[in-house]
Amino acid sequence: MTDTTSRIRAFIVENFLFGDDGALVDDQASLIDADLVNSTGILELVSFIEAEFGLSIADPEIVPENLDSVARLAAFVERKVAATAAADA
Amino acid sequence: MCGIGGFVGPGPGPETAASLLERMADALRHRGPDEGGVVAGVGYGLCHRRLSVIDIAEGQQPMEAAGEAGLTISYNGEIFNYVELRQLLIERGHHFRTASDTEVVLELYRAFGADCVTRLNGDFAFALWDGRERRMLLARDRVGVRPLFHMRQGATVYFASEVAALLQVPGFHAELDPVALDQIFTFWAPLSPRTAFRNVSELPPGHLMLIEAGKVEIRPYWQLRFPEDPRDGERRAAADIAEELSSLLTDATRIRLRADVEVGSYLSGGVDSSIVSSLAARLAPGRLRTYSVTFDDPAYDESGPQEAMAAALGTRHRSVRCGAAEIAPLFSTVVRHAEQPILRTAPAPLYRLAGLVREDGIKVVLSGEGADEVFAGYDLFKEAAIRRFAARQPTSRLRPLLFRRLYPYLAGLSRQTPEALAAFFGTQLDRESDPLFSHRPRMRSTGGAKLFFSAELKDMLAGSDAGAALVAQLPEAFGRWHPLHQAQYIEATTLLPGYILSSQGDRMAMAHGVETRFPFLDHRVIEFAARIPPALKLRGLREKHILREAFAPALPPSIVGRTKQPYRAPESRSFAGHERVAEIDNAMSGAAIRNAGLFDAQKTARLADKARRSGLDSFRDNAAYVGILSTQLWSRHFAGVEAGRPERTDHSSPRSLAS
Repeated sequence: MTDTTSRIRAFIVENFLFGDDGALVDDQASLIDADLVNSTGILELVSFIEAEFGLSIADPEIVPENLDSVARLAAFVERKVAATAAADA
Repeated sequence: MCGIGGFVGPGPGPETAASLLERMADALRHRGPDEGGVVAGVGYGLCHRRLSVIDIAEGQQPMEAAGEAGLTISYNGEIFNYVELRQLLIERGHHFRTASDTEVVLELYRAFGADCVTRLNGDFAFALWDGRERRMLLARDRVGVRPLFHMRQGATVYFASEVAALLQVPGFHAELDPVALDQIFTFWAPLSPRTAFRNVSELPPGHLMLIEAGKVEIRPYWQLRFPEDPRDGERRAAADIAEELSSLLTDATRIRLRADVEVGSYLSGGVDSSIVSSLAARLAPGRLRTYSVTFDDPAYDESGPQEAMAAALGTRHRSVRCGAAEIAPLFSTVVRHAEQPILRTAPAPLYRLAGLVREDGIKVVLSGEGADEVFAGYDLFKEAAIRRFAARQPTSRLRPLLFRRLYPYLAGLSRQTPEALAAFFGTQLDRESDPLFSHRPRMRSTGGAKLFFSAELKDMLAGSDAGAALVAQLPEAFGRWHPLHQAQYIEATTLLPGYILSSQGDRMAMAHGVETRFPFLDHRVIEFAARIPPALKLRGLREKHILREAFAPALPPSIVGRTKQPYRAPESRSFAGHERVAEIDNAMSGAAIRNAGLFDAQKTARLADKARRSGLDSFRDNAAYVGILSTQLWSRHFAGVEAGRPERTDHSSPRSLAS
C-alpha cells in the first residue's frame, strides 16, 4: 500500500467509518454506492486532500472518476502532485 | 381531546380493575387535565382523561348511551361533522341528553353498528363497549392523527392512547423491539402496526378492531387509493378543479373551528399554514390568534414571512424562540412523550410551541400539516421526478444540474459537477420499476446510520429487511399508479402517521393538553386530491401547483411564490455545544452505550468527539447522533437501562432488547 493510499484510507476510516476499517475492504469499491460518502462528505474529502497534500482542486475535478474510491483518489492525488512538481520544476 | 384506556377479557380481577384503570388514566393526565373517570364491569373496563372542548358541562366520560342500550364509550378526538350527524339521527328518532360529539358516536353506533365509523369526519380514537353483544369496538381515524395502542396479557387485551398507560398493567415490562429500531433507522418510524415496544401494537390508521369472546378481528374501513387509469381521475379544467379545492378546504377549515373554546392557528411562514390561517381568520369569531417558532440561526428561521403573514391577516401573533441551547434541556422529556426513538430534533421546538399556546389558555390549534403529503410538496417528490428524468438520458450533463435547483439551501451541492450530482442521487443505481424508487435515497442516507449498530444488534437483525417489509404491505394496485402517486402513498402511510403526526404532532401538543386539527387531512380533501392529475400537483419543479393556484387571490404574492422550506431545527449541534446537559452526557457515555448494548461504544465515542471538535455536517452523521441519543433516552425511560449500573460482563442479549 502506498503512503498516499494509506493516508487516504486512514482519513476515510476515521471520518466516515468512525474507526471501523472492516467496512472498507476494497480500494476499488465505490464510496458513494456503499453510502460511505454523500454530497457533504465529498466536500470533506476535497478539503482533506487540499490540506493534507497541499493541492488545490477545481470544481470541474469534483467528479466520481477522480474521487469515488480509495484507488481513484490515490491516483488522482498522485497525478496532481506530479503535475504540481512538474510545473514547479 | 383526551386520553383513553381500558381492557377487555378477565382483566386484573374485579377488586383491582378500578385501581388499575385509575392508574392508566393517571398516566394520561397530560392529555386530559380537566377531568377523569373510570367504568369497570365484568369482562371489561374503560378509563378516560378529558380535555373539555365541546359541551364542557355535560360531556363527561366514559359515557353511557341513554336508555337500556348497554353502550359505554371512552373517546378521544373530535367528530367535526357531529352537528350534521346529530341532525340525521334526530330525524331517525334518536334522542340526545347532551350537546357533545361523544354522544353522537354512541347513537351512531346504535343506528349503524361498527360501520358507523365510515360516516365520521374527524380525528379520533375510541373504545366502545357493547354490553348486549359483550363486544368491544376500537377505532382510529383515517390518517392516524390520534394514537391507539393495544397488547395482550394472557386472555386480556389492554388498550390506551399512549403506551405510558399500558406500562401500568401488572406483569408488563417494556422492551425495545430490534426490528422496530431497524425500521426507525430506515423510515424514521416503525411500520404500522409495529411499535418501538415489543409486544405492543398500534391499531393502524383507518382500521377498526372488534374483540368478542376472546376473538380479535382487525380490519380497514378506509384506505388511500389513487386512479389506476388517468381517465378515472379529475378531467375538468384546472380552474374548475382549483375552485372545488378552494371550497372543500374552506369547508374543512370551517368545521374544524367548531369548539366551545377559542381555536388558534399555527403559522410557519409557508404557504400551507398561511392558507389555513387566512381561512380561519375569515371564519373564526373574533380576532384569530396565531403562533410560530423562530430560530436564531437564519438557516432555519422563517420569522420574516411569519410576521408578514400575521400582519396581512391582522392576527394576534406570538412566537417562541428555539435555538440549539433550548433543545438539549428538553430533549429527554420530548423522547418520553414521543415514546419512540427519533432521528431529528424537530419535535422539540414543537413541544415548546405547544407550551406557548397553552400559556395563552388556548386548547385547540389549526395546522397546515398534511398539505405536503396530499398535494406533493416535499422535495422528495421533485427529487424522484428528476432522478427518473436523468436516468432516462444517462449521458446528459444538463439533467443532473436540476438537483442543484432542487436543494438551493444545501451549500455543498453548488460546487459539484453533473457527474457527482448524478452519482449522489443514484440516477443509475435504482431501477425505475422498484416500488420504493422514490424513497431509496432517503432510505440509504438514513440507513447509513446503522453503521453504529452494535455487533449484537446486527446479529439479531440478520435476515430482517425493512424495505422488503414495506413492499410486502403495499396494496395490490400500487404498481398501476402514477409514480408521483406511489411516492405520495408511501409518504402518507409511513412518515406521516409514524413520525409527523405522532412524534412531531399529537405527542408534542398533547404533552401540554393542546389539540391540533388539520384541514388538509379532511378525508374529502385527501380523496379529491388523489384524483387530481399528477401534473397539476407537481408542475415541473413547482410543488403544490394546484393549491397555489386555488389560493393565489387570497394570499400575499410573496407567500404564494415561496418555495417550500423544509422545517428543520439544529441537530447534533444542540448537544455538542458549550451548554452541556448532564442527562444527555450520561446517556451518551461509554458505560450507558455498553449497558444498553444497542450501539458500538467506540464508534459512538468517535462520533460524539467529531461533533464536539468540528460539528457534524452530513445528514447521516446527524441522524446517527440524534438517533443514538434518543434510543438511549428511550431505554432509560422505558426499559430501565441506567447509565450508572455496573457494566454487563456476560454475553447474553442486550438488556434493553427483546431477545
